[in-house]
Amino acid sequence: MTTEAGSTAAAADDVKQRDEYFDALVAAGECVEPRDWLPDGYRRMVLRQIAQHAHSEIIGMQPEGSWLTRAPSLHRKAALLAKVQDEAGHGLYLYAAAETLGVTRAELLDALHNGHQRSSDTFNQPALTWADTGAIAWLTDGAAVINQAPLCRTSYGPYARAMQRVCQEETFHVRQGYDLLWSLCRGTREQQEMAQDAVDRWWLPAVALMFGPPDTVEGGDGDTRAAALGAAVSRRSMAWGIKRHTNDELRQRFIDNVVPQAERLGVTLPDPAIRWNEERGHYDFTPVTWQVYRTAVAAGAQCGRQRLAHRVAAHEAGAWVRAAADAYAARPVTERQEP
Amino acid sequence: MTSELPTATPGAPAGTRNHDIAEYALRLGDDALILCQRLCAWVTNAPTIEEDLALSNIALDLLGHARVLLGLSGRSDGTNRSDDEFAYRRTEREFRNTLLVELPSGDFAATIARQLAYTHYTSLLYAELAASADEGLASFASRAAKEAEYHCMHASQWTVRLGLGTEESHRRMQAGLEHVWPYAAELFEADDLTTRLDTDGTAVAPARLRADWEREVTRVLTEAGLTVPAPSWEATGGRSGIHTEAFAPLLAEFQSVFRQYPGGNW
Repeated sequence: MTTEAGSTAAAADDVKQRDEYFDALVAAGECVEPRDWLPDGYRRMVLRQIAQHAHSEIIGMQPEGSWLTRAPSLHRKAALLAKVQDEAGHGLYLYAAAETLGVTRAELLDALHNGHQRSSDTFNQPALTWADTGAIAWLTDGAAVINQAPLCRTSYGPYARAMQRVCQEETFHVRQGYDLLWSLCRGTREQQEMAQDAVDRWWLPAVALMFGPPDTVEGGDGDTRAAALGAAVSRRSMAWGIKRHTNDELRQRFIDNVVPQAERLGVTLPDPAIRWNEERGHYDFTPVTWQVYRTAVAAGAQCGRQRLAHRVAAHEAGAWVRAAADAYAARPVTERQEP
Repeated sequence: MTSELPTATPGAPAGTRNHDIAEYALRLGDDALILCQRLCAWVTNAPTIEEDLALSNIALDLLGHARVLLGLSGRSDGTNRSDDEFAYRRTEREFRNTLLVELPSGDFAATIARQLAYTHYTSLLYAELAASADEGLASFASRAAKEAEYHCMHASQWTVRLGLGTEESHRRMQAGLEHVWPYAAELFEADDLTTRLDTDGTAVAPARLRADWEREVTRVLTEAGLTVPAPSWEATGGRSGIHTEAFAPLLAEFQSVFRQYPGGNW
């Protein structure tokens, strides 16, 4: 009895020491690697974030992918093919990073398909016209770059390294989207209208959904419990160096970037509150409250179901192909001749 | 029959070498362009993320081939039409692609069967064309040959995996082969134009590639435990603009945005 109590105390000391060591490591800005001991909470949090990010890349291929067959010039067709291909690649890097935390890609995809894990709500909007491919790349990829640039220094090594590659490509996508809209804005009246309409529809998904809910408790929109929980998760994530900035900080950075770009393009951003605030040195805009956030999420629910159904249908239709590849790989090497 | 068809290459006088090169480049360019279009539709629908990536990558290469070849056609026929003008301003009857590449893709096995037939043909063709007497064709082919070889490896490896994988994959792969094989014949169709260009060292008479092609695909199919189909008929028509009914919807989709916004700036 005495011995057991003693070893429990020793174990508790051990855990405390490991926790302290881990926190000190992260606080010193060191990267954590898969072979390092990780607190369970950290492992869960980083896995949840990488998985959601990977799922978003894969689901995010759909709105633009649906325009591949209709791109109005061969140059744009090539750029869009390259972009959608990059997104598949990002999905692969990120699933590989997640696998270092002890799950398989098949398990992660199952979790996406059965609703246990989610992709970003941003892509739960229909891509209605060609201009949407430009607005998605300019606004949502633009938001992604702001979100993701700090993740190149996130505390989990495999995630940080994946993000360094992802960010380089995303930056290029933003330019492609901007360039596409630039052409439309300098085209016929119908093209300009198409561009404006797409910007109107993709603005809130980018501003609200790419950055997530507000992470401040104040605001008093009557949803303080969710807000407090969200703020606590955000604080924990920042303490562990997974996130580097709050959602609202990143949102402001995005607005500051994108307003002058919109002016140069000649499109109007659908937020009448946008104006330069000399005192703050930032653009003011309509705050994304919990209510705004929830409304934006709810608006995508129907399309979100369609995105998931598309993904599940493709996965199920391909089951026999994956089974064949597995069966072939399981054959003795002598029977597997590469043609 | 041929004289009643719309002229795909109106600039250069028929029968001249430039006209021949323009028409030849158009045939090869349209093959690449239309197969690219079919592969585009696989993206987000493939059985694995790796295949979403591989098929979009191959589609992108094919698009690159098409753009060079269509541009070459426009320069050779004297009209100076751009790749976009060829892709977006022609009607169904003016396209010169084989029926093989426009067929609806079917399941993954049928897609791989078509890739197997087409990529073995292009890797042989481009390797030969790299020595073409025409500088434009030679320079195109020497670059495209390397990419075609990769496309060929992709198709061959999947053919073997599906052939030897499971009972279902074997059955589907064989069915895919049976479906596309009659259409592969059109790749090897010869006419006066290919004879003239072959004689002066500009192009490769398709029939000259056929024996090599049959040997190569037979080797892959044998390794895959599949049977080389022996079709009772051979498709024809694409090279003279007589397409399948699946082609008009394909083209309508391809050109829809461009045609919806006349005078547009893209």
